[in-house]
Amino acid sequence: MRRYRIVLAVDDSLVDRKLIEKLLTNFSCKVTTAENGQRALEILGLGDGQHNSKKNDLKVNLIITDYCMPGMTGYELLKKIKESPTMKEIPVVIVSSENIPTRINKCLEEGAQEFMLKPLKQSDVKKLSCHIMKVNKSCKGRPFMGR
Amino acid sequence: MTSCLWSLENGRAKGKFVADQGIHLKDPLLDYRPMANKGYDANKPTTTMCHQVSQKDVIMRLLFVDGSLYLKGNPAIFHGYLDDQFTQLQKLQDESNPDFVVEVVSLFFEDSEKLLNNLTRALEQQNVDFRQVDAHVHQFKGSSSSIGAMRVKNVCVAFRNNCEAQNHEGSLRCLQQVKYEYSLLKNKLETLFRLEQQILAAGGSIPIME
Repeated sequence: MRRYRIVLAVDDSLVDRKLIEKLLTNFSCKVTTAENGQRALEILGLGDGQHNSKKNDLKVNLIITDYCMPGMTGYELLKKIKESPTMKEIPVVIVSSENIPTRINKCLEEGAQEFMLKPLKQSDVKKLSCHIMKVNKSCKGRPFMGR
Repeated sequence: MTSCLWSLENGRAKGKFVADQGIHLKDPLLDYRPMANKGYDANKPTTTMCHQVSQKDVIMRLLFVDGSLYLKGNPAIFHGYLDDQFTQLQKLQDESNPDFVVEVVSLFFEDSEKLLNNLTRALEQQNVDFRQVDAHVHQFKGSSSSIGAMRVKNVCVAFRNNCEAQNHEGSLRCLQQVKYEYSLLKNKLETLFRLEQQILAAGGSIPIME
């Protein structure tokens, strides 16, 4: 039976969301997008006032987030995910248009799986698909596409 | 004077070229990518014709082989307006999403027009909020980079420097320049898409003008 790879992509740019969605879909991933960190947390069931492990939370294999976003940055989103007992095992990839070593280091230190430069290409996503195959924590129950 | 008449039958372009003596196949087939067919059969005996289509300095070189239509190289990469990232977008387009490039570019146009309006307003203020201006430029830089709009992106880089220096005049100059580059790019992309549409349009005969 085919294993789905479910990815949550977070980016405030409409153009970039469309691009990442197509890149991932071409690699047989199912993609849900969010336009900011807050929305991403809600989709994961980690929003304010939400309790963990609600039945209709999205079970993802991978989270890809832009670094520079208004409100909550990708780094702050990463921290919140790593603080969650239920979500901390999910690999988080940070993408950024800026190649700043201190930024890269702090993301990796906080537990980011990978840091990639925008704009993303097919070869970048190909690299990631290895991660999705490797770190495929079994998700209890059937994944529910919240959108 | 060359002209071409063709129509689409069962998703394949069929037609005939009436060519001047001067037009003949020079370029290897590998340089061409299919436009209206499923693949080139190397074993079939071939009849080939070359044709060049241009409109407003967007030039498309077409190869017509046994009822299949191929396009040479990438006419979108013209004069440095677009870089390899645009080719990446084209590579993503497939049968499941045959309008992907047009869709992304349309989103880019919508997004850009909003950003340019915001930038114009922000720079008209008495006390310019350069952090806000910079935020808009950062966004514009990102989206133009994502579609491969090299020249627009480069102006955005200079623009951000002016924002950082809180240079109002410099910022206004950059705004003018980015508007100019953006409108040039938009023009070229629209021409390209229109040309592609004309070529792929089904039914009837389409005279192509040099």
